[in-house]
Amino acid sequence: MTRYSIFRLARNALAYRPNWPRAWRSPDPRPAYDVVIVGGGGHGLATAYYLAKEHGVSNIAVLEKGWLGGGNTGRNTTIIRSNYLWDESAHLYEKALQLYEGLSRELNFNIMLSQRGVLNLAHNEHDLKEMSRRVRAIRLNGIDSEMLDPQGVKAEVPVINISRQVRYPILGASLQRRGGVARHDAVAWGFARAADARGVDIVQNCEVTGLDVVNSRVRGLRTSRGTIAARKVGLVAAGHSSVLAAMAGLRLPIESHPLQAMVSEPIKPVLNSVVMSNTVHVYLSQSDKGELVIGAGIDGYNSYAQRGSFQIIEGQMGALLELFPSFSRLRMLRQWGGIVDVCPDASPIVGKTPVEGLYINCGWGTGGFKATPGSGWAFAHTIAQDRPHALNAPFTLERFSTGALIDEHGAAAVAH
Amino acid sequence: MLLISCPWCGQRDESEFTCGGEAHILRPADPDALSDPEWADYLFMRTNPKGRHRERWCHTHGCGRWFNMERDTATHDIVSVYRMGEAPPDDRDGNSS
Ligand SMILES: Cc1cc2nc3c(=O)[nH]c(=O)nc-3n(C[C@H](O)[C@H](O)[C@H](O)COP(=O)(O)OP(=O)(O)OC[C@H]3O[C@@H](n4cnc5c(N)ncnc54)[C@H](O)[C@@H]3O)c2cc1C
Ligand SMILES: [Zn+2]
Repeated sequence: MTRYSIFRLARNALAYRPNWPRAWRSPDPRPAYDVVIVGGGGHGLATAYYLAKEHGVSNIAVLEKGWLGGGNTGRNTTIIRSNYLWDESAHLYEKALQLYEGLSRELNFNIMLSQRGVLNLAHNEHDLKEMSRRVRAIRLNGIDSEMLDPQGVKAEVPVINISRQVRYPILGASLQRRGGVARHDAVAWGFARAADARGVDIVQNCEVTGLDVVNSRVRGLRTSRGTIAARKVGLVAAGHSSVLAAMAGLRLPIESHPLQAMVSEPIKPVLNSVVMSNTVHVYLSQSDKGELVIGAGIDGYNSYAQRGSFQIIEGQMGALLELFPSFSRLRMLRQWGGIVDVCPDASPIVGKTPVEGLYINCGWGTGGFKATPGSGWAFAHTIAQDRPHALNAPFTLERFSTGALIDEHGAAAVAH
Repeated sequence: MLLISCPWCGQRDESEFTCGGEAHILRPADPDALSDPEWADYLFMRTNPKGRHRERWCHTHGCGRWFNMERDTATHDIVSVYRMGEAPPDDRDGNSS
């Protein structure tokens, strides 16, 4: 792998023929692998990277039906934070945030992490009470979190409207200063390049169409580029998880829904933090290019179409203007949708399945970008050791039978 | 936005409706006899197919009544709309989907 550095940048800038080699190979799939990861999004690529790096597994492939990061990884609004209510989630998301804090250096790839602070707004008495409970729970877990009053919100976000003369006045907010945003493509590309450098075969345009299971043990996969034998298979397919699980005869507590987002025309810097509101349901930040990046709620119906209905984004604009009336004449440039894997308790499933050698990582729904490195790190451990790490041990598929659900609807209610 | 035919009110915009998820999930006849995994299957597990899906909808901002719909989750095509308690039209024709 060619190391990226300021010197290489300077040398290539001045060179008559700049030499930037391809960031990763594009190999044909081999007939057999020790571990095959299905899904070349951030979570799948991170899993492959940590399998190679932390567990010395060398014979790994990542199979992606489209292009790297073309799923939710490349479609999300990139909000990163670890302010979750329950201990189980707090530990997992905080591990991810800590890995993010060192990731540009670790991968030798600038993921443009910007810890500009994330505000969650409260609009009524209930929001305030629930929020102060959550802030305290988060602090007990050693994670930074604080409460702001309306003036405190105004000081952080001068452009916001804190008037009491609106339908949903802002009564306060929680703030995690270490939260922020990162460049989504860079996270996928950085993990891909670093995994490739450790020998992982990343195979794009390779759709998995079947799983070979013999005596409830996984033997291999059927793909659009031929059959591949595998000792272990990890499914990391987000919105398509139910489709892949069904290939092994498994049912999941997952429903796939569209989640839409959009960006405005670029404007001068106006918004320095990430602002989220559960109650009016919108979340936004301003990109380095100046566009406002604005996310909506999920569409109510099941879908695999990567698009949603118009009334959803209409509602999203209404919510935006409730908080920021001054944005009323902004024009929106682009709008898109991803397919998110929604779990009944708003928590992910990261662990083993009833089929031996088959592992699953899904259910991140509307909020898994923030977890990408932590999810890959814990899932790699699970696959390599054939048992979960303490961090993901509570996030089993069996919890839906035992009843040990991890209800994070409060911390995750706004799609983000 | 979907254009949905309520069996009672006719064609209306999707924004008048609420989707209630997968249809034809029957409450267990003998709940006491169910194992934990069977309860999990009833309460939480869903088919979530890519393709034809039978689901319940409610005309929330209209007549307020529930009905069933078969819809393609990959194309959003509405295949049929039928009343609660009725067999899906495809089954009545003797095809299965
Ligand atoms: C609009 C939107 C906004 C969001 N905002 C945020 C946010 O602000 N913060 C946050 O933390 N999260 C957010 N999320 C959620 C986040 O994007 C996801 O949880 C996360 O990116 C999931 O990563 P992944 O790698 O698991 O999935 P993906 O990136 O979707 O990767 C799964 C891959 O599997 C591939 N695949 C599927 N089926 C097959 C097959 N049969 N064979 C081979 N490959 C297959 C797909 O092509 C895809 O590339 C948002 C999501 C959306 C859609
Ligand atoms: Zn009606």
